[in-house]
Amino acid sequence: MRHFISIADLDRTEAVALLATAEHMAATQSRSIRKLPTLVGSTVVNLFFEDSTRTRISFEAAAKRLSADVINFSAKGSSLSKGESLKDTALTLQAMGADAVVVRSASSGAAHQLAHAGWIDQPIINAGDGAHEHPTQAMLDAFTLRHHLRPGDPNGGLDGLHVVIVGDVLHSRVARSNMLLLTLLGARVTLVAPPALLPVGAHAWPCEVLYDLDEALAAGPDAVMMLRVQRERMVGGGFFPTEGEYSRRYGLSTQRAARLPDHAIVLHPGPMNRGFEIAGDVADSDRSVIVEQVASGVFVRMAVLYHLLATDDREDAR
Amino acid sequence: MTTNLTPPPPAPVLVRGGSLYGDERTDVLLVGGLIQEIGPDLTAPEGTEIIDAEGCVVLPGLVDLHTHLREPGGEESETVETGTRAAARGGFTAVHAMANTTPVADTAGVVEQVARAGDSAGWCTVRPVGAVTVGLAGERLAELDAMASSRARVRVFSDDGKCVHDPVLMRRALEYVKAFDGVIAQHAQDPRLTEGAQMHEGVVSAELGLTGWPAVAEESIIARDVLLAQHVGSRLHVCHLSTAGSVDIVRWAKQRGVAVTAEVTPHHLLLTDEEVRGFDARYKVNPPLRTQADVDAVRQGLADGTIDIVATDHAPHLRDAKDREWDQAAMGMTGLETALPIVQHTMVGTGALSWRDVARVLSETPALIARDEDHGRALEPGSPAHLLVWDPRPRRAVDVAEHASRSANSPYIGLELPGMNRLTVHAGRVTVRDGALVER
Repeated sequence: MRHFISIADLDRTEAVALLATAEHMAATQSRSIRKLPTLVGSTVVNLFFEDSTRTRISFEAAAKRLSADVINFSAKGSSLSKGESLKDTALTLQAMGADAVVVRSASSGAAHQLAHAGWIDQPIINAGDGAHEHPTQAMLDAFTLRHHLRPGDPNGGLDGLHVVIVGDVLHSRVARSNMLLLTLLGARVTLVAPPALLPVGAHAWPCEVLYDLDEALAAGPDAVMMLRVQRERMVGGGFFPTEGEYSRRYGLSTQRAARLPDHAIVLHPGPMNRGFEIAGDVADSDRSVIVEQVASGVFVRMAVLYHLLATDDREDAR
Repeated sequence: MTTNLTPPPPAPVLVRGGSLYGDERTDVLLVGGLIQEIGPDLTAPEGTEIIDAEGCVVLPGLVDLHTHLREPGGEESETVETGTRAAARGGFTAVHAMANTTPVADTAGVVEQVARAGDSAGWCTVRPVGAVTVGLAGERLAELDAMASSRARVRVFSDDGKCVHDPVLMRRALEYVKAFDGVIAQHAQDPRLTEGAQMHEGVVSAELGLTGWPAVAEESIIARDVLLAQHVGSRLHVCHLSTAGSVDIVRWAKQRGVAVTAEVTPHHLLLTDEEVRGFDARYKVNPPLRTQADVDAVRQGLADGTIDIVATDHAPHLRDAKDREWDQAAMGMTGLETALPIVQHTMVGTGALSWRDVARVLSETPALIARDEDHGRALEPGSPAHLLVWDPRPRRAVDVAEHASRSANSPYIGLELPGMNRLTVHAGRVTVRDGALVER
């Protein structure tokens, strides 16, 4: 593995190996000294064209626990906000001697371009590109699901699980990456959204699509993943009439959560709109693994950095 | 020529043994800017340049109804000079320069300036397209009659790049140009349905998370416009038609007798939205690359005459405008120097069009739509000497370093395509010989 751009680039073996490494990383984090010397002397650049404090902090923590140096290059107050292009930024980072670049952009394909346009040679990690993919988010969700629902599974996957993903699929890179990864790992995925918040073309995806949340919940899923409604991306408007109507049909209320099987868990990639797509009481309930997802994020990002910067398969791919 | 310095009359040219429209082998003698004689074994007057055209196809000089020359205002990416050089290399002897320049070609002054620049460049005839609305703003009609009666004699009007989406304004434009036999060339794109649109809306856009440009945004405008054209009895031309549904609508309209013509670009005959997967903005174009089913439908439409012509939509852009994130990159691709190879590859090579058909869709009909009396004429004695001798046999990879266009945003770089420009003659003057421009 040379870059980590898209779940679509992974096969099952690679995905399972990454999750296994993340398990090892998690185990090291319960020791008294949590910092590993693995990446001493390496520099990881967090290149964030789009604000995302939680993802940036997670990558920063992951890199630092592997003893890498971290440079944060964010849009606000830097050359990025003065209109510097992705290309010029890449050339700058190349000249500075970064060993890996973690990139977040509002533009679909930005990470792919950094990896393949020939501007920079370093491994590229996608921390979210437009509405395309957010592969480390999917990895941390899979990690969390496995931890709760398939602990110690010898196949290392999520075979036979049923996961319902609910909400603004159209604007969600989290939904796309999860749909691909959970399916790759053997889970059955059901997407639930109002029709206008599903992309035209979603019929070709390897999952079931429903418009009715109650129907999806009646099937007794093992996990429900609520997506944030991304009001800031709703170009053209009119995706749904009112927040109230959306919440009534697609919100995970206390009553709906109560109908889930006892073992079912609830996920949300954050940041949450409490009381809109998810009731506060559900987010804080025993089923909710939302805080744990944050911890998982650090482990899987450590695993990705490890695979790209510290192992031999990096050389193989050159 | 309207230049002050009259160039010396070109030497006679004898094209020997070429295949006229791809049919019978014959000689063609060009003297004094006209076709003087066609027949076997012609004798050449003294001083005649003799071109061996064995195995080549002799066609009327190509006519492009949809070219962006970028001058005035966009000279870093193309000028009339560089764009018409590119046109000549592509086998064109006339191009229609789109109006979306800076300033916009919405006055007699600007269209005359562009026509004059074309005359002094001398590589091919430049016919300016006038804007339909002032500043392409879609709010009020430009002075269409002033452009029509100017020395540029504009007959094609288009807000290309933008759609005349207001139905009343479109109706008025269609009505107004009837007075001087003009035509409205519509860029069919409903603006509300395409806000922020980045690529064809379908399976690939869903996967890539790019905002979709739905086929219906094109088809709904075409449907409205053919009905308007019928209602007011005027001529409508549909620019760069790109979807299977658009082909159906135009076919239906023609059956009802609507005076509608339509064009397809070379890239919509070949490329699909699958190309977007690599996020290489050379494939970003408006209207966007569609699906294979759409490619099949536009090829069929061109073959059966529903689509009247091929036009390049040659749209040069600076490298910096393309070396960017997909959603920030400019739309458009160069096309003048690859148009005929693509048409040969997709239509002639597949048996869908004969070379005689190629003469129709790339020369005769575009000239007819634009009322270019001097171009697209039959290859017969007395016709103006606008001629292309095309060798269909060589195959080579596209190399933009050889292109005369100032811009390099070709989607075909490295693609092996057939055909070579053996000779292009504009008004009796040889502009291209063996693929290379011939300086005056």
